[in-house]
Amino acid sequence: MREHAYPRLGETVWEETLPNGLAIRVVSKPHYAKACAFFVTRYGGMDLRFQRGGRWLDTPAGIAHYLEHKMFDTKDGNALQELAKNGAEPNAFTSNAITAYYFYSTEHFYDNLKILLQFVSIPYFTRESVEKEQGIIGQEIRMVEDTPDWQVYQQLMECLYEKSPARVSVAGTVESIRAITAETLYDCHNAFYTPSNMVLVVVGAVDPAQVSAIARSVLPESGGPEIPRDYGEEESPAPAKGEAVQEMEVAMPQFLAGYKCPTPPEGAEQLRLAMLGDMACDILFGDSSPLYRRLYEEGLINGSFGGNFDILPGAAYLYVGGDANDPHAVHRAITAEAQRLGREGIDETFYQQIRRAAYGQMIRSLNSFENIAIAQAEGVFHHYDYYAFPEVFASITKGDIEAFLRENITEARTALSLILPKA
Amino acid sequence: MTKNRIQLLDNVFLTYVPAVKFKTDFLSAQFITPLRRETAGRNALLSAVLERGCVRYPDMQQLSAALDLLYGASVEHTVRKRGENQLWGFVATCVDDAYLPDGGAVLEPLGDILGELICHPVLEEGLLKGDYVSSERTNLLDAIRSVVNDKRALASRRLLEEMCRGEAYGLSHIGEEGDVAAITPEQLTEHYRSAIASARLELCYCGRAELERVVGVCRRIIRDLPRAGGEPLAMPSPHPGRQEPHVVRDQMDVTQGKLGVGFSVDTDDRDAAFVMNTMFGGTSNSKLFLNVRERLSLCYYASSAYHRSKNLITVSSGIEFENYQKALDEILAQLEAMRRGDWEAWELEGARSCIVNGHQSLADSASRMEDFYMGQVATGRDDTPEGLMEAALAVTPERIMAAARATSLDTIYFLTGKEGRQDA
Repeated sequence: MREHAYPRLGETVWEETLPNGLAIRVVSKPHYAKACAFFVTRYGGMDLRFQRGGRWLDTPAGIAHYLEHKMFDTKDGNALQELAKNGAEPNAFTSNAITAYYFYSTEHFYDNLKILLQFVSIPYFTRESVEKEQGIIGQEIRMVEDTPDWQVYQQLMECLYEKSPARVSVAGTVESIRAITAETLYDCHNAFYTPSNMVLVVVGAVDPAQVSAIARSVLPESGGPEIPRDYGEEESPAPAKGEAVQEMEVAMPQFLAGYKCPTPPEGAEQLRLAMLGDMACDILFGDSSPLYRRLYEEGLINGSFGGNFDILPGAAYLYVGGDANDPHAVHRAITAEAQRLGREGIDETFYQQIRRAAYGQMIRSLNSFENIAIAQAEGVFHHYDYYAFPEVFASITKGDIEAFLRENITEARTALSLILPKA
Repeated sequence: MTKNRIQLLDNVFLTYVPAVKFKTDFLSAQFITPLRRETAGRNALLSAVLERGCVRYPDMQQLSAALDLLYGASVEHTVRKRGENQLWGFVATCVDDAYLPDGGAVLEPLGDILGELICHPVLEEGLLKGDYVSSERTNLLDAIRSVVNDKRALASRRLLEEMCRGEAYGLSHIGEEGDVAAITPEQLTEHYRSAIASARLELCYCGRAELERVVGVCRRIIRDLPRAGGEPLAMPSPHPGRQEPHVVRDQMDVTQGKLGVGFSVDTDDRDAAFVMNTMFGGTSNSKLFLNVRERLSLCYYASSAYHRSKNLITVSSGIEFENYQKALDEILAQLEAMRRGDWEAWELEGARSCIVNGHQSLADSASRMEDFYMGQVATGRDDTPEGLMEAALAVTPERIMAAARATSLDTIYFLTGKEGRQDA
């Protein structure tokens, strides 16, 4: 493995790509009792249509997440229990773009790593076990359906996107998952759980050579073909629908406004765009922005107000929301402020202040093993070195952010999702 | 991990936890006062009002500008319940000097901001600023009402409220709607003056800085604190069990039912009760997870928590409405299995490993350590994570069975749908 030190960050990363295509990153964390391993595949809720053996396959919404649940089944029982017996805290999640399996432990790290790599690379399920999972996932879907935060987000994505699978919920629906069979799950595993489509990130005080040796001994020797994926036709800048409303058992109205941004680039440009988008959020509506203060003092927003910039496969958008009694007024104020900043420019002193805060924020995120692991994996999938962020960050200018706001935070690109209390 | 505890003033203490592994310094200032219905809302409101500004940075924008310039340092007000006390105040963090691009020190200025917020709030004619009080009162009322948004948290809260009616532990840590709505700037100012004079103040630091430097920072935080007398903390008394289970049902327009089950634990062997609960429902390897979720597919989550200071256990699960009896029966059957000692060797081994992992990794998070040590203070204990871990590992199967036999059904709470609603 190759050692790469980042003295400004006080971090060291060991890197290697195995002959089968698996990228390994070991982020050294001396003094910590816990260590974690994240085994991540570039396969998420949006990967519904892809090519296998020259044919396009359409799969049911929620299948990547369903597969995540079923991967824990092993020939001898259940990997969750195997890991928990060793005191590990195992878990997994499926996002739009990736599925990650991971554990944290303070003891038996290498045994746990072996179990992790085994159960994720060797599928074992039957018709009966797949059917049984309908009940558990069905309850998980029901649980999120009762969550206003989820509903307001889901509704926004359906407003913003017309064709992109970004509009489809990662977990699917109780109806869509009924079409999932053991056979389709095996197909998807064969396609996406190949070493060349995956990354192993380990964070902690562990021996990189031993991590590499375990990965070599457990995983198959060959990678797998590149899988062409279809994320829908090019979207127009305009949202599919300007507004959607739903009533739920909530105390006060909740809103989420979205602004559709252009298709994101790959490589270091993607990392730059991600940081630029985050800074644009801080400047436009962050806690220290003039807009935040004005809206807070007028009682239009409360502490729940906030948002972010998000990059998905083939799509990017900025969202902002919270609880508000007059969401339309807040929405109008956000768009107007972005346009004003784009037109009149961002105050130089304020810009420097936000720059400092944004840098501190990135350093802070290095306390979180999960943030580190996911950022490293994303870097491999999108071809950039995440820990080069201080240099990439330095290249962002005030003019870049003004242009970002002017071009993207416009009336033509926005949609509003509302959850109102039941009458 | 070597922790130091130092008394700085009358009823003011510092807990110092050195750690070189973090990128940030963690500094908290918590008032600890007995949880009472009359004051819970006032303390919650006061923390929020103090965070709005101080004489030096009189509004949010100036305050956050000052924090931004300290490389995105943060100060947040927090309100917690630990045992039967309420912890309220601020938690502050900043990037450690070692990682600042241009050198310099941010811990001292951050400490000064904390001190300003606590000792020099914005006053108008001697009262806490009316605008801040009224807008934070509205926010707090929204937060109190918003507990209905998260049905899982709502069900946990309702269960404790019903189970511990008449005990401080059953109270909300952020107060009740009616009480908060009635708070005036006059009352809140009077409350503020009495709190800074006599409430217990606990400072807690975790990070790379030397003890001497941290003591210096803390002395500046409290230099203008007017101390007069000291209010004692509330020591929690164990929850008295019920003869007949108390059964409560709420109806709302929801698609998933939430089942909460409360048990009282009638034993002084709390280490055994802790291990018993870990096996019963404390992990993804527990009896509840393996049976209610995995074997019967009744739910997505089924877990239990042991509330050590009150000696009670709460179980929570999300299920289809019609599975109420089935899920409840299974939960009770699994407790019965614990009483009989009906488990395999790996279940106890797994629970022990999870306990080791949980206690060892505590030191890997500054906020968890702060929460642990402040929890110790608030419950009148002086345990260490290592000590609790050792005590738990020494628990025998006999003691686990005895703890399970001492555990009895107390309260059942069910959040169910509105009648007439049909679910697919």
